[in-house]
Amino acid sequence: MNKFKKLTIKDVLKGEEDYVGESLKVIRKEDGDINAFITVVEQSSGKIPIAVKDNIVTEGIRTTCASKILEDFIPPFDATVVEKLKKNNFAIVGKTNLDEFAMGTGTEYSAFFVTKNPWDKERVAGGSSGGSAAAVASGEVVAALGSDTGGSIRQPAAFCGVIGFKPTYGLVSRYGLVAFASSLDQIGPITKTTKDAAYLMNVIYGKDERDATTVDKKIDFEVLLEKDFSKAVVAYPEEVFGEGVEEGVKKQFEEFIKFLEKKGVKVEKISFPELKYSVATYYIIAPAEVSSNLSRFDGIRFGTRVEEKGLLETYLKSRKQLGVEVIRRIMLGTFTLSAAYYDAYFEKAQKVRRLISNRLNNFLEKYDFIITPTSPITAFKIGEVRDPLVYYMMDIFTIPANLAGLPAISIPFGFSGNLPVGMQIMGKRFDDPKVLGFANFIERDVPVVFPWEAKK
Amino acid sequence: MRFKPVIGLEIHVQLNTETKAFCSCSADVFELEPNTAICPVCTGQPGALPVPSKQMYEFGILLAAALNCKIHEYTKFDRKNYFYPDLPKGYQITQYFYPLATEGFLELDGKKIRINRIHLEEDAGKLIHSSETITQAESSFVDMNRCGVPLAEIVTEPDIESPEEAKKFLEKLRQILRYLGVSTGDMEKGALRCDANISVIDLENNVQSNKVEVKNMNSFKFVEKALEYEFERIKSQLKRGENVLKETRGWDLSTKTTISMRSKEEANDYRYFPEPDIPPVVISREEIKKIVEKMPELPDEKLNRFKKKYTLTDYEAKILTSSVKLADFFERCVFETKNPKETSNWFLTELLKYTSSEDDFDTLKIKPHHFKELFELIVDGKITRNIAKEIFKEVFETGKSPSKIVEEKGIEVIGDETLIEEMLKKIMDENKDKVEAYKNGKKGLMGFFVGQVMKQTKGKADARKVNEIAKKLLGD
Repeated sequence: MNKFKKLTIKDVLKGEEDYVGESLKVIRKEDGDINAFITVVEQSSGKIPIAVKDNIVTEGIRTTCASKILEDFIPPFDATVVEKLKKNNFAIVGKTNLDEFAMGTGTEYSAFFVTKNPWDKERVAGGSSGGSAAAVASGEVVAALGSDTGGSIRQPAAFCGVIGFKPTYGLVSRYGLVAFASSLDQIGPITKTTKDAAYLMNVIYGKDERDATTVDKKIDFEVLLEKDFSKAVVAYPEEVFGEGVEEGVKKQFEEFIKFLEKKGVKVEKISFPELKYSVATYYIIAPAEVSSNLSRFDGIRFGTRVEEKGLLETYLKSRKQLGVEVIRRIMLGTFTLSAAYYDAYFEKAQKVRRLISNRLNNFLEKYDFIITPTSPITAFKIGEVRDPLVYYMMDIFTIPANLAGLPAISIPFGFSGNLPVGMQIMGKRFDDPKVLGFANFIERDVPVVFPWEAKK
Repeated sequence: MRFKPVIGLEIHVQLNTETKAFCSCSADVFELEPNTAICPVCTGQPGALPVPSKQMYEFGILLAAALNCKIHEYTKFDRKNYFYPDLPKGYQITQYFYPLATEGFLELDGKKIRINRIHLEEDAGKLIHSSETITQAESSFVDMNRCGVPLAEIVTEPDIESPEEAKKFLEKLRQILRYLGVSTGDMEKGALRCDANISVIDLENNVQSNKVEVKNMNSFKFVEKALEYEFERIKSQLKRGENVLKETRGWDLSTKTTISMRSKEEANDYRYFPEPDIPPVVISREEIKKIVEKMPELPDEKLNRFKKKYTLTDYEAKILTSSVKLADFFERCVFETKNPKETSNWFLTELLKYTSSEDDFDTLKIKPHHFKELFELIVDGKITRNIAKEIFKEVFETGKSPSKIVEEKGIEVIGDETLIEEMLKKIMDENKDKVEAYKNGKKGLMGFFVGQVMKQTKGKADARKVNEIAKKLLGD
């Protein structure tokens, strides 16, 4: 087995080899099977090979958002996070696949190809950062960046059995992230260890003059990594055992509770009845922002132009390049924002969003963390899910952290069948180091397992 | 008067901040090469984000305070979504739900025109068509320079009662903008743009017509003309008992009429919602106070002060305060001359012959101390007023001091009494009939004798002395 595939950022920092070359070798050898990358960058300076989701702009390197309409888009500038990576000796070896414009949970809505789960190549890698999660899980890169609007870092991390962290909203600059739903989007790391996630957070976070939503706060994400959390008190919503959650996942979650209790952690059950409204709330707010954010991709202002006789025909043909899920959300958002329905949908959704935020914040006054499975299911088969509503319900546990802007991590914890199951730990706003510390506390007993090492 | 117009204005003012509203591009884009003052933010590049300018807020707050508005501590930006090639993001960042200021007024000849709201927003780009009209154009180009230039939108209540009053309102507003230094207010250059709503009340039958919106008026004169035209058009429709359509009409310069652009029923749904890329802007009372304290003296205050302090007439003071630059220059000149009335006279009759009130008086060659020197030469009888006017012109053109000009040109008042007496005697000898007539009571002929001396000396004679000597010779 190639030794490189297991290396962490920390390992690479200590070593002296050509890790970028190693990474490119693995990508060349294995990505034909995995399809994690849309673009592989052969020439890049830096030592630590990292993959960046293809909705984060890179100067001079094609950034497609996995959309036909941006197939040839070469951005004129680097995203703030990319600048920071370059400054800190990271080498961007490629741009990873995603659901078109990050809308989806299986990377099946990529306009180019489906990324396969390294654990089972008939299954999806999750989404929308499926390419990033698969690239890390298959050992093609040391780490990756993803973006998370409703679970898009955590869910693929769970499906692929790696670490995925969504920071508190406002800690990482969104400058250069092609917007999906601006009030929910947040960039974060996908890694093989929580230590690497914390290390990457120290690199990419920080107030950015170019993003008005970033906060000016000094945080050391690594500071609580060695802490003993055996006195922590955590809560889980009883709704976790409700309908729509796979038996295997439920079972594994029970194991997770038992594990924590054995470590001395106090685990309590809470009632979170608003949880069931989070998906509906999300699917009003996010598409509303989508309908506005994506209107510039019309073939005239941005995007590949499909030249037709008249202006209107050109618009219509050019917009047709967008995929079915993107169009669905644009239509949804256009509808809910229209004057006649604004109060009934968007305004109401904003209220419910505040309600859910308040409820979560109240819980987190009392408990150190809220734990849930990351996803109610494990990686599903490619092409298996057809109903968008079924798709949308998969985000039920991850969406609340986005609605409330809270930090949340997904860590692998055991298997259901031979597929990894992820557990989510959600913390208070700006408690990111604590969330990472608690995850590390668990990881010490339950490290990441790679597909090629698992007993099948 | 059977019909009365009801007019409200929507005014867009380009704020002349250093940078654009949401990026660091220069906001001074007038007549630049197309697409040379742009960046990823103002062209809406994927991934770029807007960050609001502080100076835009300061300018907005000054303007709101000058228009006596309630300034809000909590404001927010929203997105106004519409589809047009000159709008790179597909939406305009504006303030819809929480505007900067509301409920103000502007006083116009003692009457208050109420301001409904003032909000901040970004300007769009410009389309350049390959021919006169968009329909004939083979191709169209977009100049993005103007994208993101900050605008303050001012919406008045329908308190304006005549087209002339609308024009006066705009002129007064422009004066305030220039006093504050927040905008050039040039309508011709698009720094101030105005749309008007007009409806007409039939006072006899007590009915009010639908509202008509008028656009495309790019000068104060055209605002007045377009509204006059609309007033007449709606009036005659009312007289004929016709229904006045609720619509948007454009002023057409070539025909001097308004032309229907679209009916209000097809109005856009802008799908406003809070701009998620910009957090709410909260400015405390103290911060607002600090900004407002920087407010300069406004036109009305300055006018009153000039009238009182310098004992000027309303007419004089109005002209002298028409611009800050003119008023400042006046005050600096008075500081030297210590003679406000005389200074005012010279400003009104001479200085403004060669300048206009919006000029930069600091860069003029004529300086305040020149006024002082010139006045002294007159008082000392060294030059006459007529000559002083010529000298003034030369000082204005060259910047030479008045006494230097007098010296160089050998201009000196002829004050030699024997010389004047000889000239007068000769004139009287040649005009014995007039001497006779004077002695018989036609005193007005004094002017004739003095005038003749002035003519012969080309105005260089000391008029006072000529008068005295003439009187003596005529036995008065």
